[in-house]
Amino acid sequence: MARLRIVLLIGLLASLALVPPIATWLDEPFYIVLFSRMLILAIGAIGLNLVMGYGGMVSFGHAAFVGIGAYMVGIGSFHSIEDGIDWMASGFFQLPAAIFVSAFFALIIGAISLRTKGVYFIMITLAFSQMLYFVAVGVEIYGADDGLSLYGRSEFAGLLDLNSDSAMYYVNFVTLGICLYAVHRIINSRFGLAIQGARSNERRMQAIGFPTFPYRLAGFVISGVICGIAGFLLANQTDFVSPDMMHWTRSGDLIIMVVLGGMGTLFGPLVGAVAFLLVEEILSSITISWQLYFGPLLILVVLFARGGIDGLLRPRQRADG
Amino acid sequence: MANLHLQTVDLIKRFGGLTATDKLSLEIERGELHAIIGPNGAGKTTLIAQLTGELAPDSGRIHFDGEDITDLPVHTRSGRGLARSFQITNIMPDFTSLENVALAIQAHAGHSYRFWKNARKDTRLTEPAQGFIDMVGIGDRAHVQATNLSHGEQRQLEIAMALATKPSMLLLDEPMAGTGPDESARMVDLLRRLKESHTILLIEHDMDVVFALADRITVLVYGRAIASGKPEEIRVNPEVKAAYLGDQDGGHA
Repeated sequence: MARLRIVLLIGLLASLALVPPIATWLDEPFYIVLFSRMLILAIGAIGLNLVMGYGGMVSFGHAAFVGIGAYMVGIGSFHSIEDGIDWMASGFFQLPAAIFVSAFFALIIGAISLRTKGVYFIMITLAFSQMLYFVAVGVEIYGADDGLSLYGRSEFAGLLDLNSDSAMYYVNFVTLGICLYAVHRIINSRFGLAIQGARSNERRMQAIGFPTFPYRLAGFVISGVICGIAGFLLANQTDFVSPDMMHWTRSGDLIIMVVLGGMGTLFGPLVGAVAFLLVEEILSSITISWQLYFGPLLILVVLFARGGIDGLLRPRQRADG
Repeated sequence: MANLHLQTVDLIKRFGGLTATDKLSLEIERGELHAIIGPNGAGKTTLIAQLTGELAPDSGRIHFDGEDITDLPVHTRSGRGLARSFQITNIMPDFTSLENVALAIQAHAGHSYRFWKNARKDTRLTEPAQGFIDMVGIGDRAHVQATNLSHGEQRQLEIAMALATKPSMLLLDEPMAGTGPDESARMVDLLRRLKESHTILLIEHDMDVVFALADRITVLVYGRAIASGKPEEIRVNPEVKAAYLGDQDGGHA
């Protein structure tokens, strides 16, 4: 079983690596875009999984960080054309902006939300993300609820051209790989053990001398940054940003991906994102009321596969990914 | 004044109309094993919670190593050398025994904002952790998930975690609770060894254990210390007999 899981995961990564040539060969470029979305949402889900799966903090507001990352691209593109500020079209500005602004908001939202627990934590993160959603809806200059179309994708001074779907796909793929590896290192580091210990038994962690709050907050910020990076990619992928990216249902989608794939496992969010978008794609091509069938499917996974799809394939739930 | 390790001064804690700690002034000398006994509801665990910082007293002060620690948070007190074990087993259930103890060592090995190196393979954590696990007698269970340990083994793991924080003083809240005869014999053995190197505040219902191990005993009834002294004094104290030991002839309360 354990070996089967590794074979399947390697198979999944290898197939994902081959999507552009196969789609080109089949003359179905649409698949490159579909799988690109999968990779980007998987990055967002990986970010959420760090706090939700490993840290035990169920955030219902992580789409806000995706939106923040996306808006940094939209806003940069907007000012570069409207006001002629060329450097704002550069990815070397937009990506760090996406990282720092999402980190900043994660720090503030986390510092307040992490004083609560359980349902209250869920509600307060939801409230913050809805607040940011309505701010985006209200800002006329950036298109309010219509959103902003990009004048162009992020420019990396000729080093990297995001304008072809294949190139964009591989940027997403490599970023996903980096995020997976980074999270793998983090969860096995001293820091990772500290936040997993706090998930397991926060009271005991304090008793043995851990100030759990700052560690959980740092985890929340890292997780927000990963989602901000996903937002940066998502804006470039869709050439468009809108408040809808921050809507609470988007946060819900991320939670579903994490739960579906396997909470607190390294590859769970990737598996969940791929499964989520594939099922959505297949069901919605059969029937317009696809959500009617998706719901029960989710309930079955939650009832019968507590560890998600990844949990089905492993002998025993372990916290080391 | 004797060499006081821990001292409470007029400690008061109320829960609504109930006074759980009633002007309690305790003096624990360095190196002694001080037992606190008393019937259920006497406020023993409430007292421990105030000593560790989980509960804030309504009034009164707590001094540890000569310093006022009344307003310090839980983790800082742990850093000062005050460690506790819990009455109800309290461990990280989805970590192995070794990882539980390694975490306790990690907590006192500088900050944990180290995001990259694998801590599970860090011998600076795992080797001493194995040492503490061996010391409490569950060395062969190092790689078993804590939730799968027997109750007695979990109690031993609790002590190993407390020891791993390098404390000068241990607060042990009913370490024998729910253990079988073999396990509790092993625990008594362990406590006898720990007594050599640590100041211990022991809360325990098993009178045989208390009278065998304690240097001094304080009897708590309704949050108030009705007597304090050497075991032989407590045994014959008429007030204690009336209030607590009663007709049970020194058996289990």
